[in-house]
Amino acid sequence: MIEIQNLCKSFGSLEVLKNISLSIRTGEIYGLVGRSGAGKSTLLRCINGLESYQSGSLKIDGTEIRDLSKQQIRELRRGIGMIFQQFSLIERRTVYQNVALPMRCWKYDKQTVDKRVRELLELVDISEKIDERPSVLSGGQKQRVAIARALALDSKILLCDEATSALDPKTTRSVLNLLREINQKLGLTIIVVTHQMSVVREVCDTISILENGKIAAAGDVKEVFLQKPDALLTLLGQERMRCPDGGGTYSFLLAEQQLDLIPAVYNRYGARILSTGTSAYKGEQFTEVTVNVKNENAAQLKDLFAKQQLLWHAVREAS
Amino acid sequence: MERLSLQQYIFEVVWPAFVTTLQIMFFTVLISFFVGMVIAIILHVTRPEGLRPNRFIYRTIDVIINLVRSFPFVILMVSLIPVTRFLTGSSIGVPAAIFPLCVSMSPYMGRLIQSHMDEVSREAVEAAKSFGASTFQIIWHVIIVESIPGIASVVCFATVAALGATTAAGMVGAGGLGNIAIRYGYNNFNDQIMYSTVAILVVLVQIIQLIGNAVYKKLR
Repeated sequence: MIEIQNLCKSFGSLEVLKNISLSIRTGEIYGLVGRSGAGKSTLLRCINGLESYQSGSLKIDGTEIRDLSKQQIRELRRGIGMIFQQFSLIERRTVYQNVALPMRCWKYDKQTVDKRVRELLELVDISEKIDERPSVLSGGQKQRVAIARALALDSKILLCDEATSALDPKTTRSVLNLLREINQKLGLTIIVVTHQMSVVREVCDTISILENGKIAAAGDVKEVFLQKPDALLTLLGQERMRCPDGGGTYSFLLAEQQLDLIPAVYNRYGARILSTGTSAYKGEQFTEVTVNVKNENAAQLKDLFAKQQLLWHAVREAS
Repeated sequence: MERLSLQQYIFEVVWPAFVTTLQIMFFTVLISFFVGMVIAIILHVTRPEGLRPNRFIYRTIDVIINLVRSFPFVILMVSLIPVTRFLTGSSIGVPAAIFPLCVSMSPYMGRLIQSHMDEVSREAVEAAKSFGASTFQIIWHVIIVESIPGIASVVCFATVAALGATTAAGMVGAGGLGNIAIRYGYNNFNDQIMYSTVAILVVLVQIIQLIGNAVYKKLR
């Protein structure tokens, strides 16, 4: 559990983080999204003490990071893995040596290191490259090695700093699948910093959108994407959909097996369907539908949402 | 001075001088390399964006390096004579030549090695920090490892530079090929000796460079 409260950080007179408060549950995949310069990478680096903060509080399982001594910070980092945009492997060392390095720094004995390296490379599915140098690997393969290295010390938390931004879409998907897999297998808490909205939908449970060092929107991924706060539209580069003047306008999200609700909504409540769109959240397909209904049908429609336990959002309430 | 036969020149004059030159060069590069590594690490670590920034240490070493580098070598050597005499007991001979050469070469190598260390990717260093490596471990496992090809090319470069400086050292009684070229060649109006010495130096530099390139290629 990571709890951040009123966190402020500045470089000289430049405020990069302004009153950030959020909490990250153990075992979830949390997204920090925003444009470059929004402060998301800085916030991420505060979590493992690569950056310090001036005021506010950042607690991991109840421990305040700022109060830790240098040695304690090293101990803390032992439990937090991190991967980067440029993979940051040691080019002159083999895959094996790269993955072994954290354990060598923490004086694990040879047999343990050897066993663990092989296990990890198996996990990230890159065992056949064990004696290669990073320079002969593709971007996706390098990131897999970096993930193996980040997990070497049995980390409980994994920080991903734009980890897929240098990869092509197909490779990005495979790396994200791997992240999801280790999240489930190992119960790892993963914090993802990215500007790619596809990444957010693909892996995150919860997100915060950062704008100029402030949290502009936050919440469950599906809810945020359904509610479309301004910050999200800016990030997506989309215009807000124009709402019809009369009646109530509602957006709701349907899972694949709920799609037959669309004709029902259309027939029973005389709803006008304004838009539909399909997108995948964590690999599951969802269809977002926006409808306009007459004022007198709005209540019934909302009853249906409640009965079907749909995720919905009133773009404009009926009067 | 009585003229010697070519054979005598080669076996009694040039060969011992050649050995002396190699000795001076070898020890100079060896010692300067270690001192240079220490200087490079301190500079790299204390530079403003380094692992442990320390403005005072960085600036002080920086100034000293620039000071040493602004001396022409022969002048540096002459000004160091009292120190050299104190340390080696003499102002001529091989050890007496090695000391000023090291004083001149070490900061030079330090600077060059530092520039290669500075080029190691920041992210690789950050990654090492992120798994809790200590400053020492980062230097040892990341910075030095990643800059080895660069360090090798610096050593090669410095060896050639040391060879040049060795010949200058020959002027002030250190012996070696430079001494031969000046004494038996230039001062004795013997072009044959002078240019054959130069030819040896040219070949030597070529060999050093070839070895250097091969090593660099292998290490990369």
